[in-house]
Amino acid sequence: MIIRTQSLQKIYRVGVERIHALRGIDLEIEPNEFVAIMGSSGSGKSTLMNILGCLDQPTAGRYELAGRDTSRMSSRELAQARNEQIGFVFQSFELLPRMTALRNVELPLIYARGSWRGRRRKARLALDRVGLSDRIHHRPNQLSGGQKQRVAIARAILNNPAILFADEPTGNLDSATTRELMKVFEALHDEGQTIIVVTHETDVAAHCSRIIQLTDGLISSDLKTGNGQARTQVDGDRPEVVVAPAAASPAPKTDGSPR
Amino acid sequence: MINPLFYLQAILLALGQIWVNKTRSFLTALGIIIGVASVTAVIAALSGLKTKVLTEFEAFGASKMFILHDRPPGIDSNKYSWSQIRMKIPELEAISLHCPSIERLTPITGLGGTVEAGNETVNGVGVTGIWPAWHKIENRNLIMGRPFTMIDEKHARQVCIINDTSIEKLRLDKDPVNDHLIFKGRRFLIVGVVEDKADSMFGADFGAGGTEVELFIPFSTAAKMQSPRFFFMIIAQLVSPEVADEAAAEVKFTLRKMRHLDPGEPDTFRIEAMDKYIEQFKGLAAGITAIAGGIVGISLLVGGVGIMNIMLVSVSERTREIGLRKAVGATPAAILMQFLLEAITLCLVGGLIGLGIGELLALGLTMIPDAGLEEAAIPMWAVVMSFAFCATVGVTFGMFPAIKAARLDPIDALRHE
Repeated sequence: MIIRTQSLQKIYRVGVERIHALRGIDLEIEPNEFVAIMGSSGSGKSTLMNILGCLDQPTAGRYELAGRDTSRMSSRELAQARNEQIGFVFQSFELLPRMTALRNVELPLIYARGSWRGRRRKARLALDRVGLSDRIHHRPNQLSGGQKQRVAIARAILNNPAILFADEPTGNLDSATTRELMKVFEALHDEGQTIIVVTHETDVAAHCSRIIQLTDGLISSDLKTGNGQARTQVDGDRPEVVVAPAAASPAPKTDGSPR
Repeated sequence: MINPLFYLQAILLALGQIWVNKTRSFLTALGIIIGVASVTAVIAALSGLKTKVLTEFEAFGASKMFILHDRPPGIDSNKYSWSQIRMKIPELEAISLHCPSIERLTPITGLGGTVEAGNETVNGVGVTGIWPAWHKIENRNLIMGRPFTMIDEKHARQVCIINDTSIEKLRLDKDPVNDHLIFKGRRFLIVGVVEDKADSMFGADFGAGGTEVELFIPFSTAAKMQSPRFFFMIIAQLVSPEVADEAAAEVKFTLRKMRHLDPGEPDTFRIEAMDKYIEQFKGLAAGITAIAGGIVGISLLVGGVGIMNIMLVSVSERTREIGLRKAVGATPAAILMQFLLEAITLCLVGGLIGLGIGELLALGLTMIPDAGLEEAAIPMWAVVMSFAFCATVGVTFGMFPAIKAARLDPIDALRHE
């Protein structure tokens, strides 16, 4: 179990008003799952991702990341957890404009514990994995949207994180680029990476092995897709979502690669 | 806590930021630049002046001591008459006999008047009565003829020594020894010629040193030509500069005894050693340096406010970057350090430019003719202090923006437009 939450709640105070963003989320995510978190705006999906990504802490409830309770972590420990166990991909890429792709990818290592030896090699390897080894010395403004997002993915996977979070990763991309990018995610998933994508696009969710729907701060549905096969059948072009009840009965494990 | 290479990275990043915003950074650091440039230039000028003055003092004689009359301060000036306080010849003799710390001494007394030689007349000539020891004490050697002898002194002979310039001014022979000249109706035999006074910052004829006619006559002769209560002072050369205190004590003891001063009575004379002047001057120079430093320190603080302002702008401009850095694992301490290093780097770069300008100003000072600043140079301690001050300004004024950056919430920061 990589992620386990118990009745996770988040309440924001805006003036005197209290906004219940999360009303009690119970969620378990296994290694090498490819999860889509969906929901309309205001459903709490961003809040959930922020808490799962250790950017924020719940008001109530419990969140264990790789067996560690995060509620007792200091901001320093949370930063360390983000550095070592979590990779983020954002909708607007968030690359530093004056740095080359390689430097951008290296960034998390600046804040890593231990030796910096081999950081360049590590960054090259990550760029290689997203298929950008020919663009390492380009700056963000010399890259296309899809390439920028792949640099961002390379940066996120640099430290071999336990979970890769992607917040609307294709929100700023056209459909052709979106398909290309989803192939990158699928490839990473095939290599064993656990991925959580927050999206409102069903095309994107269709690539995932599990779809969690959030409504008003609660999980309204949690479905496993038969995506392992689906992907090979329809080849990414809006595949039929094979619905299987997830938490209720132990569904046949069809997701992910054999390893 | 943080990887050492992080610091390098942060400094490189800061330099990059400065380079990208060249104009802005320059204007921001201008306060620091001007502050450092002016403080280093002022210190350079002062240290140049100090070097020059101390060299002068040394040439003048650090082991010299002056003994002269003094009216005790704060006491009714009628209580001690001139006859009581003036130096007297038996006192002079006593000091020359009983003060072992004094190597040699000479009384000096000044007369003035018109000197005639042949058809030539020069008005307002300074005429000084001296003992032969004067040459060694004042370091002015004879270039022709002989010094005064004991016989000249004992018999108050009408002999004189002139300075080199006088030969020309009085239209004398190239070798004027054994010629005569007239002073106050008396005929004086020229027995020697002394070199002109070296150009000096001190002395009565500053700026015109050595170009005036000077006449020297035996002290006893000069005494005879004046009223019985004439004024003279004693210049003594000490065995070494270190015995100034001993010598002063010896003179004081001798004079108090001669003048029958009771233990409760104040001194009616004054002893001034050169090293006292040196100390006074050093104190003065340190005081001026401190004042200049203080004023410029204020200007550096004003520069610091500019730094703080621009750092706040930088933090708000780069909010998303801060959010991203936090998302990939930067701790608050790392963000704090990054912005602090940026402020310090900005200040130090400003300090470096200021130092360069200060160095140029110092160079310019040395080129001003007759300003006495040929030795102007920025001392090492001023360089170190400038940088230390710049770093302090950077830390002080960079701290608030850096704390602001470190406290940013990563989620809000990433959402920032």
